[in-house]
Amino acid sequence: MNAKPVLDLFGGELRAINLGLESFAADLVREGAAAVQVDWRPPAGGDRKAIAALDAIAAGTTVDVKKANAEAVRRILAAEPTVIGIGIAKDVVPGMAKDLVLHAGPPVTWEKMCGPLRGAVIGGLIFEGLAKTPEEAEALAASGRIRFDPCHHHDAVGPMAGVMTASMPVWIVENKAFGNKAYCTLNEGLGKVLRYGAYSAEVIDRLAWMRDELAPILVAALERFGPIDMKSILAQILQMGDEGHNRNRAGTSLIIRELAPHIVMLDFPKEKLSKALAFLNANDHFFLNMSMPSAKCSVDAAAGIEGSSIITTMARNGTEFGIKLSGLPGRWFTGPAGVVDGLYLPGFGPEDAARDIGDSVITETSGIGGFAMAAAPAIVKFVGGSPKDAIDVTMRMYEITDAESQSYRIPVLDFRGTPTGINVIKVVETGILPAINTGIAHKNPGVGMVGAGLVKPPENAFRDALVAFAEKYAI
Amino acid sequence: MKRITVKRGSYYDSVFLMLATRGLKGLAGVRDAIVAMATPMNAELLSDMGFPAAELDGLGPNDLVVAVDAEDEASAEAAVKEAFDSLTRKKTESAGSGVVRTGSFDAALTLDPDANVALISLPGAYAAREARKALESGLHVMVFSDNVSLDEEIALKRLAVSKGLLMMGPDCGTAIINGKPLCFANAVRRGTIGVVAASGTGLQETTCLIDRYGAGVSQAIGTGGRDMKNAAVGGMTSLLAIEALAADPVTKVLLVIGKPPAPEVAAKVVAALRASGKPSVIHFLGLKPAPDEERVAYAADLEEASLLAALFSEGVPTAEAARSRMAEDTGNDRYGRPDKISIETLAAAEASRLAKGQKWLRGLYTGGTLADEALFMAHAMLGGVRSNNQIDPAWKMTDPLRSEGHVVIDLGDDFFTAGKPHPMIDPAARAERLAKEGKDPETAVLLIDVVIGYGSHADPAGACVPAIREAKAAAASRGGYMPIIASVTGTQADPQGYASQVAALEAEGVIVMPSNYRAALVAVEIARIASEGAVI
Repeated sequence: MNAKPVLDLFGGELRAINLGLESFAADLVREGAAAVQVDWRPPAGGDRKAIAALDAIAAGTTVDVKKANAEAVRRILAAEPTVIGIGIAKDVVPGMAKDLVLHAGPPVTWEKMCGPLRGAVIGGLIFEGLAKTPEEAEALAASGRIRFDPCHHHDAVGPMAGVMTASMPVWIVENKAFGNKAYCTLNEGLGKVLRYGAYSAEVIDRLAWMRDELAPILVAALERFGPIDMKSILAQILQMGDEGHNRNRAGTSLIIRELAPHIVMLDFPKEKLSKALAFLNANDHFFLNMSMPSAKCSVDAAAGIEGSSIITTMARNGTEFGIKLSGLPGRWFTGPAGVVDGLYLPGFGPEDAARDIGDSVITETSGIGGFAMAAAPAIVKFVGGSPKDAIDVTMRMYEITDAESQSYRIPVLDFRGTPTGINVIKVVETGILPAINTGIAHKNPGVGMVGAGLVKPPENAFRDALVAFAEKYAI
Repeated sequence: MKRITVKRGSYYDSVFLMLATRGLKGLAGVRDAIVAMATPMNAELLSDMGFPAAELDGLGPNDLVVAVDAEDEASAEAAVKEAFDSLTRKKTESAGSGVVRTGSFDAALTLDPDANVALISLPGAYAAREARKALESGLHVMVFSDNVSLDEEIALKRLAVSKGLLMMGPDCGTAIINGKPLCFANAVRRGTIGVVAASGTGLQETTCLIDRYGAGVSQAIGTGGRDMKNAAVGGMTSLLAIEALAADPVTKVLLVIGKPPAPEVAAKVVAALRASGKPSVIHFLGLKPAPDEERVAYAADLEEASLLAALFSEGVPTAEAARSRMAEDTGNDRYGRPDKISIETLAAAEASRLAKGQKWLRGLYTGGTLADEALFMAHAMLGGVRSNNQIDPAWKMTDPLRSEGHVVIDLGDDFFTAGKPHPMIDPAARAERLAKEGKDPETAVLLIDVVIGYGSHADPAGACVPAIREAKAAAASRGGYMPIIASVTGTQADPQGYASQVAALEAEGVIVMPSNYRAALVAVEIARIASEGAVI
């Protein structure tokens, strides 16, 4: 027998990790020994099937999971998201067509769509001229002549309802390190907007103005400015109080600052340029639709790695929350969309809220958003009220991720990199679910945003994904 | 009214839950209460008790349930509040203990990459998983939990041995590593005696006696009760521990304690001790000691084992020399063995005060090994003793709640601890039984252990005092007398302090003997006199 490790223990200092009765750790500390207490909870919430899957994976896999995950996070960290322009969806988004409506989250049928998503579909069909009235639009949506598909199936993402139709202008973001692209519509602002299910004339008119006036101005400005290095901008905004999901004030400001000198030089009437700049200025979340496709093209590079248990997609459609794993490409694992625990705009309350919706959780998937909560003290009200709560949220996320970003750093954590690369094995094992910041839509179509807060994803989606992962890879 | 309150996603350890349950049951207006995690088993239990089980649908072992059967709404309300308060109180109190907290084993390892021991006291179903992870991460492991299957134990120990790691347990309640107490252990002087023990209170008793004899302990390693006893486990942990202690430059003497081992394991253990080249002592409970070898002494009881080890550590070269040293000092001298005459005199004096009809020994133990030591001795000397720990089926208690004839009860046995804390943590059950046996007019002598040290109750002697008074008063009121014999397992450096525990007992007229062995000798002798001619 090899007794050396025991002799090392005898000769060294006792350093204990205590799982269970805390008094055992307290006694050791009292006696001058080092002890770390684990706030233990049953793995996988005590779910036997999931525990069996964890054990099977631990016992051995056909592919080296550690190595596969290391490659996945290497790719996420190496991503270089860059805005290269704005195009019209049908011209640039793969597979986009006149009769196709893209939406947020995993696949869902018209029958099962929630209120805000139905509202956005109605608005989208009216915007495309495929229907004249909401009633006509509803009939068309239900007729089977319109196809529905997740944005994620077309290299795209969309906030809240996430509806994208053929003639909408979209950001084109390229991951320069890997050559893949991602697309996202332009942000419409707050209040009555399509992404929250509103479809009144005001909404449609704004969408038309964005297509006919705003987008051409931005395209022209981008031609003068050149590509926007989003990695650098995201790194900066985390040092300016944004987390890239629920707070985008710094990001929007930086974009205005970069583009303004070029916008004023454009050959457009001054009024139009001023209106465009005023629109950007009035909409703190303008940057969200740029951070989302940046996150999307970053994690997409890590998809499809054989044996990797890193989560490359999280998304919700207001009915279901779904995730995808790198090592199980093409498969969604879903659970019921959660109820957002949040703060409400005056006049609204939890009874008005739709269930969790939107692709914006792609930011968390890439390691910002709720994962970078500690960087955004201005919005700590969403997570409990104190900056300490925000730090706790970020610290917990280190326990379910495999890496720390070298670029996105959090000042208050001594510039520690954001927790990156969510590992489904760790999520199920620890029972720590990804922290997701989000807005809250009204449950009825046409009303709009009613609040914002934090949402808990359904645990079963992660467990199901793990079980499927074990089925494929455990020996 | 029966009412269920649920708090989702709040896991609490079973000991906290049991203490919270006990706290609730004592409240005014509360008929019954359960604070538990919503495991399928608990859900079934609650629905059997008539609680609205539908409210538990969709809950799991991570969800906290407070079920209260109260006389009115206000009492129920107060009970639920007390349950949550008591659970959170524990958390905040411990927050000030200087213990660093974290959410998972991996995170703990990131926090302290130099951690070398994992202590596991989780529900048995999960303990093996966490133990495996810890071993795979290169940590030595101590599993306090029981309910780990034999197959799992064998697999874990194979893994541990292949990595040269100590796998202490399952069901290992005590160890002392580098002078630091693990789980239930005492503040024992550091020294040169290395202990390997397949018994919890056996390890505590011997290390405390060694301390009292002025010697000290280098390391004390618990192995779990099955390690030597079960041939399939094959003493894997014991043999690795012996090999390490043999190579350890600080350790000069080896002491092995356990329940009767499988013969082939015993042979390997003895061979390993011989090969160590260090003087060694072996004591297997309830087994007639083999004849001494030159450097391997076979002890007949825990006290003798401690004495022999202490003598070896003082430089006495052989077993024979140690025995003759012991023979020189009788009575209560430092290395003396109990003097037969003084024990008999003390017992006779106590027995002379008994009333007619007081016949039986009633041993009420919190420590399993201490109970066994008393049981084996009493069974041999009194011609038959009933016990829940009896190996002889003819004398095994059918109903451990009912005493008949001579009895030695281990109150730490699963029968008594299902759903309750161990009596070393919560001495209430023992105090209750003590009062009950004291009221039995046929009881001739009460024999108890008091185990102090880390992990144990803050004042186990004090917790017995009301019951001792009741027993003494009940006997006096019948015109008799109730002898109570005790020993305290502990050291002066323990948080409770040996001397004050002894003093608290002596103040109540309890005879406190310096070891469990001697306490049992006195009590058995009293019972022998009292039961002479009686049909057992």
